[in-house]
Amino acid sequence: MAIRRKLFASLTALLGLALSGVVQATADLNMRPGVTETSLEAYDLHMMVVWVMTVIAVVVFGLMFYSIIFHRRSKNPTPATWSHSTTVEFIWTAIPFIILIALTIPAVKLLIKMEDASNPDMSVQITGSQWKWHYKYLDHNIEFFSNLNSPQQTEHFEQPGIAAEPNYLLDVDNELVIPANKKVRFLVTADDVIHSWWVPELAVKKDAIPGFINETWTKVPKPGVYRGQCTELCGKWHGFMPVVVRVVTEAEFDQWVAKKNEERLAAEKAAAEAAAKSWDMDKLMALGKETYDAKCAACHQVDGSGTPPLFPAMIDSPMVKGPAKDHIDIVVNGKAGTAMAAYGAQLTDAELAAVITYERNAWGNNTGDKVQPADIQAFKAGN
Amino acid sequence: MADHHPTGIKRWLFTTNHKDIGSMYLWFSFIMFLVGGAMAMVIRAELYQPGLQFVDPNFFNQMTTMHGLIMVFGAVMPSMVGLANWLIPMQIGAPDMALPRMNNWSFWILPFAFAMLISSLFMEGGAPNFGWTFYAPLSTTYAPPSTDFFILGVHMMGISSIMGAINVIVTVFNMRAPGMTLMKMPLFVWTWVITAFLLIMVMPVLAGAVTMMLTDRHFGTDFFNAAGGGDPVMFQHIFWFFGHPEVYIMILPAFGVASEIIPAFARKKLFGYSSMVYATASIALLSFVVWAHHMFTVGMPVAGELFFMIATMLIAVPTGVKVFNWVATMWQGSMTFETPMLFAIAFVILFTIGGFSGVMLAMAPVDFQYHDTYFVVAHFHYVLFPGAIFGTTAAVYYWLPKWTGKMYNEKLGKAHFWISMLFVNLTFFPMHFSGLAGMPRRIPDYNMMFADFNQLASIGAFGLGLSQLLFLGIVIATIRGGKKAEDKPWDGATGLEWDQLPCPAPYHTFDTPPKVN
Amino acid sequence: MSETEQNQANKKLIVRLVGIVGGMFLFAFALVPLYDVFCEITGINGKTRGKAIYQSVEVNKQREVTVEFITDINRGMPWEFKSLVKSIKVHPGELNEVKFYAKNTSRKDIIGQTVPSISPGEGALYLNKTECFCFDQQRLAAGEEVEMPMKFYVDSEIPDDITHLTLSYKLFNVTDAVEVASGATK
Repeated sequence: MAIRRKLFASLTALLGLALSGVVQATADLNMRPGVTETSLEAYDLHMMVVWVMTVIAVVVFGLMFYSIIFHRRSKNPTPATWSHSTTVEFIWTAIPFIILIALTIPAVKLLIKMEDASNPDMSVQITGSQWKWHYKYLDHNIEFFSNLNSPQQTEHFEQPGIAAEPNYLLDVDNELVIPANKKVRFLVTADDVIHSWWVPELAVKKDAIPGFINETWTKVPKPGVYRGQCTELCGKWHGFMPVVVRVVTEAEFDQWVAKKNEERLAAEKAAAEAAAKSWDMDKLMALGKETYDAKCAACHQVDGSGTPPLFPAMIDSPMVKGPAKDHIDIVVNGKAGTAMAAYGAQLTDAELAAVITYERNAWGNNTGDKVQPADIQAFKAGN
Repeated sequence: MADHHPTGIKRWLFTTNHKDIGSMYLWFSFIMFLVGGAMAMVIRAELYQPGLQFVDPNFFNQMTTMHGLIMVFGAVMPSMVGLANWLIPMQIGAPDMALPRMNNWSFWILPFAFAMLISSLFMEGGAPNFGWTFYAPLSTTYAPPSTDFFILGVHMMGISSIMGAINVIVTVFNMRAPGMTLMKMPLFVWTWVITAFLLIMVMPVLAGAVTMMLTDRHFGTDFFNAAGGGDPVMFQHIFWFFGHPEVYIMILPAFGVASEIIPAFARKKLFGYSSMVYATASIALLSFVVWAHHMFTVGMPVAGELFFMIATMLIAVPTGVKVFNWVATMWQGSMTFETPMLFAIAFVILFTIGGFSGVMLAMAPVDFQYHDTYFVVAHFHYVLFPGAIFGTTAAVYYWLPKWTGKMYNEKLGKAHFWISMLFVNLTFFPMHFSGLAGMPRRIPDYNMMFADFNQLASIGAFGLGLSQLLFLGIVIATIRGGKKAEDKPWDGATGLEWDQLPCPAPYHTFDTPPKVN
Repeated sequence: MSETEQNQANKKLIVRLVGIVGGMFLFAFALVPLYDVFCEITGINGKTRGKAIYQSVEVNKQREVTVEFITDINRGMPWEFKSLVKSIKVHPGELNEVKFYAKNTSRKDIIGQTVPSISPGEGALYLNKTECFCFDQQRLAAGEEVEMPMKFYVDSEIPDDITHLTLSYKLFNVTDAVEVASGATK
């Protein structure tokens, strides 16, 4: 008996310790209320259901434990003999029914509100692909890809301390910037497999389905940075395609639009200049390695070994060792029906030339081929 | 009564005896439970702390996929079929299952199906990595070559389940002892008949879905390919048309088990027998019209979302009736708490917690926040582990004396219960919190803010995994050297198998039909 | 029951149950056309209907609906593809025409297929296309460019709360699929 009591005491102590540890480490055990009108309402609804369920649980489990304590054989040696009561059974069919119907009323109201994307102030098209998001501002001439902030993706194993960073896996190179207090409509679609775009604090989650377009919206009252993740399994790096939304004031948004437009013009100019000159092997290889590690290594691996048969190896590959034009074609245009994306619009001509040169010469491929930006331009022009 | 049976390997290969086949099903499901559990350990080890420590993300996805497939199709479903084989003939006073040779085939298909599925882990490109729900196009255009083996495996286990289900229905309809009317059948038999009907209704739909996947992959059809006029969302509709009834296929027999055990140890008749039967049937019927609650975020029209939301919430009504009836059965009973009863009570409590989170998930506007997070993982593990698996465990402890003629060690049984109870909650309860905090499911790595809950869950999972080895030990020790069981080890137990058969039940039972009063 | 009676009863029941199994297997495939019908009725997914025939009806000049056009190119498709108008305001009931532009920028002949999708999904019930390039596949030779017309009208029954329709076209490269299919028939 003594041993049993001791065991029980130490178990309780352990459990208490574990619980207090949790409470200390994370003050917040609950859903995040978020910042938008809909997210706050969803939170309220969530809390309401939690309390209703808690009350039901207390009643049902309370009765059950009462029975466990007082209707055990030592306390109640002769069991009752009744086993049926139509009235009672009717009551406990009707009461849950009424409770559930009562719960659906606020849910229906909120649902209708959440699904009403009409009359937006601006629209952004969101396209998911393995494993990044693409944002296209339909009312401004802006579009860009949003990737996980490297180098986390490919060099995971080599960077032990990296997981301690506060925004680990929740940081991107290009954030989605939207103005506060404007109704922004999102048109969500995908390029390859199904993804799902979720920002918990905005209470927006919509599946991105290849070939189809889904509509959702948000209106964020206060500026800030809101982070989320892809929530539909989309392949190897599903856990590594975060969503970051930066909400700014309207004035800041206008500045940002202007800046983006300037940047685009500057980048076009720089790309044209870079493409105009002839590059030497070392420079091509250096830029090529940088581009390859950032864009290609997630599938084809840093050492070019690939993950066959889905993602072919680069080493001694017939594609890489074959005619340069086919190689340029697949990088620029991608390959239909496979996971190979088209990089023609994502990379500059110089980057394309460099990464192709790199693939043709790294890892002992040593073809000696140099692909110049001019070759890419010629290819794109159809010559 | 003659009680001879063939010996050696041939006994097991060619047996048509429902008891032998039941045992094989149960052992097979336990082996699969350990295999799937080992995969869960890999998952929890990787998720023990942030950062990628042990496995590559692609292998992680293979683990989550295989864990789900093996647990659903290899552990839970065969364990229920095993119980059905052992118990249904004895409970309705039949000498055997109606179709004994088919019974043998339906078992022996399974090891081959799972050998094929598991062998895909060693193939080029790895095992299926698209989740146990295998959403197209990730499972078609973008899937590894081993997917074809997965498809064939699913076909085989589907055929096995359908044969098992047909056998149950024919046995129950045509083989009952005289006087055993439908409304006198034990509730376990009732829940199984309803399960069997669900199986023959939805397994063919699953077969259709994987067949479409196969033709999309190899024969140029475009069922799920938008470019060819197909629709990836249609896959989800077809899958969940199978998938939601499938959830009840896994849990209904466990309802039946609880409805046998609770009255036995409360020494009081089951409260509301007929409402239990009707509740089970209405759960089964409703399960056909709620499938799209798994896909509130795919972009359905509001009217559709409303329909599926309300239909789903209605399921809580018959489910509630069952829970209330169990509590009423205990009320003013004369209860003792042997291991089977402990597992049955834990089943009722923890399954109800899973039911509560189910109601929360049914509310479409809030589901947008829960969907595809760990909250969902917590929900369905509460329904499946303390639900289906505790149900089976309770059944094994309860009927073990009937099967083996030996008693298990009560102290060890209780230890097994309390350890499982502690760890099952430590594993799955924190998942509610990581889900609410915003952690998506099926990710191999996560931000620091989810770290504490994941660490707790991992510790719980390791403990839970190990404690199931204790179960194995208890069962083996019982078979090898357990105390001789009395013919009626549980004084409150009722039913033909307890009233009219000794422990252990002889190899052939009820060759002449028993008298049913 | 005697043994033969028992066997006969079993057989009868098995035949019925196998019938259900077979029926449900076929039902899975029947779900494909059923799903399309279902989509058409409810507008799930914003799937548009097939070719509509325009009947001149009274144009509701009081109402205006904005129709926006979005184009998207799937990976592995080396075409340029865009709508020549970004969006137009239309009156329900009137027939409108917009033009899309496509150019094959690659050095191969390529067959393209556009897949339409409308948002909000319910809107798909009211947007009727009488002529659309999306009804057929397009084959463009290397470097070829083309202007493609699309004629549509918005049903005058369109509910008041829908003021904005987005018609999205996604362009897929189906060259391989078409060649595989025609190869198979040869």
